[in-house]
Amino acid sequence: MSLTNRETWTLIHGLILGSLFLLAFAGGLAGFWSLRPELVTPQGVKDRLLRLKVGTTTMAVLAWATVITGTWVVYPWYRSKSPDSPKSLLLSNPDTKDWHEFGMEWKEHIAWFAPILATVAAFLTIYYGPRLVRNKTARSITLGFFVAAFATAAIAGVFGALITKAAPVR
Amino acid sequence: MSPASVDPSMGARAEAPVEDLGERPNGPAEAAILAAGIGILVLGILTTLSEASSSVADGLQWSNRVGPLSGKTIIAAASFFGLWAVLAVLLRGTSLGLRTVTIAAAVLVALGLIGTFPTFFQIFAPD
Repeated sequence: MSLTNRETWTLIHGLILGSLFLLAFAGGLAGFWSLRPELVTPQGVKDRLLRLKVGTTTMAVLAWATVITGTWVVYPWYRSKSPDSPKSLLLSNPDTKDWHEFGMEWKEHIAWFAPILATVAAFLTIYYGPRLVRNKTARSITLGFFVAAFATAAIAGVFGALITKAAPVR
Repeated sequence: MSPASVDPSMGARAEAPVEDLGERPNGPAEAAILAAGIGILVLGILTTLSEASSSVADGLQWSNRVGPLSGKTIIAAASFFGLWAVLAVLLRGTSLGLRTVTIAAAVLVALGLIGTFPTFFQIFAPD
């Protein structure tokens, strides 16, 4: 049982960095959703905000690391001109070419939305801090960026998993 | 319900409101929000232009291994961080309106989404 260098990087990109980002979302969502004056005590706000600041910043870093490893490490192997590259294999069969022409073409671009949106969500969390509890507009906007970052990362992640299933990078 | 029958923990929540810290200026937040919208729009525009023109695609191919995606993503990320820095200075101590800026950014993100959607940008591919 062993992994090639390419399989290891694919694993780091998708299963470690990407999955950690997606998994962390549920905790962040619960934290933002309950960040209301009627639901938390001042001590609760303090604890929750610390977790949210650390969590959103970590998620932003994970999102950047995911797209950078995806674009600069794994993608060149995927799009290699050799006949056995995943892109060549997908395009060689009419039944699978849409995985590249729609799936990969969308994934490789929309994935880059996630780190930008996650960075803004992290910045707003740190910038407004405890004011997010009372400032409903700022809290809703921060939550909106956070959810949008997750949604775009999820689209990229789902396509990544399905494309890897159809034509893995080896 | 007499005061004695109130759950102490509930009472603590009701009687200890979150400290009012005053407002922070929205300018720096608006700078980040607007920069994100513009950065994503730049990615959408470059994606469509790259599909429509092989010379644009060649110009964006900053790495032969990565192809045009290299230029597109570097320019989009640089636009985001660069504009954020510029707007943070311009909007320091002022505000365009947090809600207004967010709506504008949402429109820019939606346009960027359209620009990066394959069904849309492939319309412009040369035959």
